[in-house]
Amino acid sequence: MKIEFYGLVKQFDDDRVILKSIDFCDDIHTLAIIGPSGGGKSTLLRIIGGLILPTAGEIYVDGEKVSADENELQKYRKNIGYVFQQGGLFRHMTAIENITVPLIKVHGYSKEQAEERAGELLGRFGLLEEGHKRPAALSGGQQQRVAIARAIAAKPKMLLLDEPTSALDPEYTTEVLDIIHELKQQGIDFIIVTHEMGFARHACDKVAFLCDGQLMEYGESSRLFNQPETEQFRTFLGKLLEWNV
Amino acid sequence: MKQLFVLDDKKRTSPIKVLLNVLLVCILLVAVFWLSLSAINVTFDFSFLGNFQVRIWQGFLMTVFLSLASLILSLIVGVLSAVGQNSKILFFRYLCNIYVGFIRGTPLIMQIYLFFYIVGTAWGIENRFIAGVIILSVFEGAYIAEIIRGSLLSIDDSQLEAAKAVGFTKMQTTRYVILPQLVARTLPALTGQFASIIKDSSLLSMIAVIELTQTMREISATTFKLFECYLFLGILYLCLTLPISFISKRLEGAFNYEN
Repeated sequence: MKIEFYGLVKQFDDDRVILKSIDFCDDIHTLAIIGPSGGGKSTLLRIIGGLILPTAGEIYVDGEKVSADENELQKYRKNIGYVFQQGGLFRHMTAIENITVPLIKVHGYSKEQAEERAGELLGRFGLLEEGHKRPAALSGGQQQRVAIARAIAAKPKMLLLDEPTSALDPEYTTEVLDIIHELKQQGIDFIIVTHEMGFARHACDKVAFLCDGQLMEYGESSRLFNQPETEQFRTFLGKLLEWNV
Repeated sequence: MKQLFVLDDKKRTSPIKVLLNVLLVCILLVAVFWLSLSAINVTFDFSFLGNFQVRIWQGFLMTVFLSLASLILSLIVGVLSAVGQNSKILFFRYLCNIYVGFIRGTPLIMQIYLFFYIVGTAWGIENRFIAGVIILSVFEGAYIAEIIRGSLLSIDDSQLEAAKAVGFTKMQTTRYVILPQLVARTLPALTGQFASIIKDSSLLSMIAVIELTQTMREISATTFKLFECYLFLGILYLCLTLPISFISKRLEGAFNYEN
């Protein structure tokens, strides 16, 4: 999937500039966005997902400009799967309903088709027993697996994951990362914002290092981790390694 | 022995235990009441109530109809005011804020006189039932507006963002996300408010709406059986409000999807 940004700026109402003119153009399959907290990673992902509008600049996905018009954006979002850090499931719906309701109402599936699809995904993610539970009755890891199932249910062009494991206990992190890795092998394109450097390095083809609202480094993950070019990236990696086993 | 009187968090309270303790409470209440009555030398005679069966029943029905009509109208008023309070149009915003503030800050009895004798007369609302329903709905609507506004505020931004992300339109978000969560949060409180409407409707007796309280007042004025009338009146109100409180509790359990 080809992604292009030109002069992307995001400034919030309180004058904080989160993104300072980002330019980017590449064909990506799996991309990890990493960097220190407050660097603009989640904001960038939200803009790519059409959830918020940039203050300035343009985005193109597969050569098509992402519109600023709400109706156009709503159509655009249909083709994108989005997984939030936490709390992204509808709390009043069961796991199955979380998947089927958008399929039926947004993508025009029949009830039977939607249920079949939901059952298939829940089965694949080891959640068949959990289908009739509401999010509050599921563990954090199960919730995120349901969220991923919902995000890919309608076979989106691209999957966006915003720190899908950072609210999880370590033992649940692996089960979620395993699933994302599995999706990669099935050829699903994704962009993930993550603090899991091992995952970024080994499971994603490309890595973007975002710091202070700027795209500091970008490239093949194998190269980037071995030869960090900027001081900021070296400092960032150094801090992460400080308490490594 | 101690086990019979103390709540055990781990086990379900057995029916015998419940019965025993409820009985004790009743004995205490009856005793206090009885002693007070004998101190002022009152004896009860409820037999006269049979003569007023039809009137009491009519008054009872009047209270039920008044409350039902007010419930519907106050829901409409409440929803509109809650939406108005969140409106971007300042005129509606301030109108609704001032309305809610004024109604919640003044006693119902003052509002009844104000609306009935000034507004009602000026606009020619002669029918006391209609006037009563309007007054009560305007009063309860302000409380319902607050209930709904509170629930609207408590809907998490993450739920709205998720709705956007799955591709819902604004209408679909309202229909499939906001409304169900709003109903789950407001229904128990709204049911409780219905009990308040029933009780508050008794004040409409001040403008001579012949509802339950007014009926009993009239009966007590002719029979001079003040205590019996008001005791019986209390029991009749409890017949209406207790089941509603019970339903409200059940709804709270049924709609609690948070844990």
